[in-house]
Amino acid sequence: MDVTSIRKDFPQLTRFIRNKPIVYLDSAATSLKPIQVLEKEDEYYKKYCANIFRGIYDISEEATAEYEAVREITKNFFHSNDANEIIFTRNTTESLNLLAYSLYRGYLHKGDEVVSTILEHHSNFVPWQQLSPEYGVVFNYIGVTNEGELDVQSLSKVVTAKTKVFTFTAVSNVSGAIADVYDIVKRVRKISPSCFIIVDAAQAAPHMEIHVSGWGADAVACSSHKMLGPTGIGVLWVSARSSGHLKPFLYGGEMIKAVYKDRSEFKEMPHLFEAGTPHIAGVIGFGKAIEYLEKIGMEKIRRHEVDILSYAFSKFSKYKDITIIGPKDPRKRGGVIAFTVKGIHSHDVAQILNEDNICIRAGNHCAMPFHTALNIPSSARISFYIYTTRDDIDTFFRGIDRVKKVFS
Amino acid sequence: MDLYREIVLDHYKHPRNFGNLAKKTITIEDGNVTCGDTIEMDVLMKNGMVEDIAFRGIGCAISISSASMLTEEMKGKSVNEVMALSADHVFKYFGTTLTPSRTKCAVLSLEVLQKALVQGKERLK
Ligand SMILES: Cc1ncc(COP(=O)(O)O)c(C=O)c1O
Repeated sequence: MDVTSIRKDFPQLTRFIRNKPIVYLDSAATSLKPIQVLEKEDEYYKKYCANIFRGIYDISEEATAEYEAVREITKNFFHSNDANEIIFTRNTTESLNLLAYSLYRGYLHKGDEVVSTILEHHSNFVPWQQLSPEYGVVFNYIGVTNEGELDVQSLSKVVTAKTKVFTFTAVSNVSGAIADVYDIVKRVRKISPSCFIIVDAAQAAPHMEIHVSGWGADAVACSSHKMLGPTGIGVLWVSARSSGHLKPFLYGGEMIKAVYKDRSEFKEMPHLFEAGTPHIAGVIGFGKAIEYLEKIGMEKIRRHEVDILSYAFSKFSKYKDITIIGPKDPRKRGGVIAFTVKGIHSHDVAQILNEDNICIRAGNHCAMPFHTALNIPSSARISFYIYTTRDDIDTFFRGIDRVKKVFS
Repeated sequence: MDLYREIVLDHYKHPRNFGNLAKKTITIEDGNVTCGDTIEMDVLMKNGMVEDIAFRGIGCAISISSASMLTEEMKGKSVNEVMALSADHVFKYFGTTLTPSRTKCAVLSLEVLQKALVQGKERLK
């Protein structure tokens, strides 16, 4: 993988602030975008800007074809069997909320149980926590081990035959822990065969090859903006065999077959869940992002990430006052390292690093229950992607040295 | 760079009025939960004056030093005087402009103190 030439595709990496370049170490929040994606998105607005599925004229047909082509590209990228299993949403959050609202209204009944995990991003915890009581559903969750990994051993105690929805993240955005999705799905199915199983792949999709049908889950969610694509686009894959459990989430144009005074008939998947004019340019840009990733190859991307992780770990090991959250084996984690520095609040770490344009995240990273479970108020987090270099890591540690000097 | 001046770091490392009050009118806690900052304050009020203040908490250098400097300055001031203060007053402690994400760290202690005085007044009625 030629990182030097990859970096040339990312216009933001040429920007200087305070006469210094930007060291972007917050790709888990959102990735940078290559010029190819930006140009493709622009192309829609400049050449075939028209609404989709509606016009009889050329440019509308062209826009529709470009849009639908991305469904096919997405299907192939995630190894789905059927492009109709791909729904475009706004982001992972909307994909998960769509599932929640559709399942409570169509599939869950009073007395059923929904199980999530304590290490979820708020978007895969709060919808279930909030909606369960409204529908008389019991909400429960699985905890974490001291290593910051999902406590799979306790699964058989929490999941019961009444568990109708089980939802968990494939990669934690805090500990970086990679879950054995296939194994977890199997364990849940053994206890509750008809359980609707959801995988949050927001942190997995950008970094590793995903086989949605191989996982055996019913639904998988992720965000375009974390994988080189535009903001405002999310993916929701729903297996064809399970989509019947979902009631429409949004009603309106595009999802309708016929409307009468007293009733309506709806289209099939995926249009049933894409009411209204979508972010057409965004979807088209997202297609280019997937092509960009495929051109490099997910395996190479993963290998690069493990290299950067290993390099960062070897440097971290020299800092006795820094505690890393999550597994220490780079092969067991995504390109995320959250940490705490003894006696220094994560905000102060991030603030001082910012003086050198080193962009890192501080706080609870939308995973407050996880931080509470680990008994820490907040953490600092660095995260990597295809454009991250060992030089970036060196700069980061020079910054850490300065943080320590300020607070010494 | 000015944000972490000597005085700010000194108040962070050696916060004044850190601890508890034996005699107090009220105790109030609040925080910027997403940042992991919490400040808890004991206030003793007498004859419309802030007689004594103590605080505890965890937080970044900005929130802790702000609480330290604020409690130091406000001891012995009248309740009305403290209630009239705006966020600008605490910003002055830092002698530099704060970015939007840090202003809430800086004003947390003032918010807690003013909330304590409002509720303390109720309690003394
Ligand atoms: C694991 C995980 N799930 C869900 C989300 C939510 O993604 P989005 O903000 O794109 O909806 C994120 C993003 O931070 C995440 O890391």
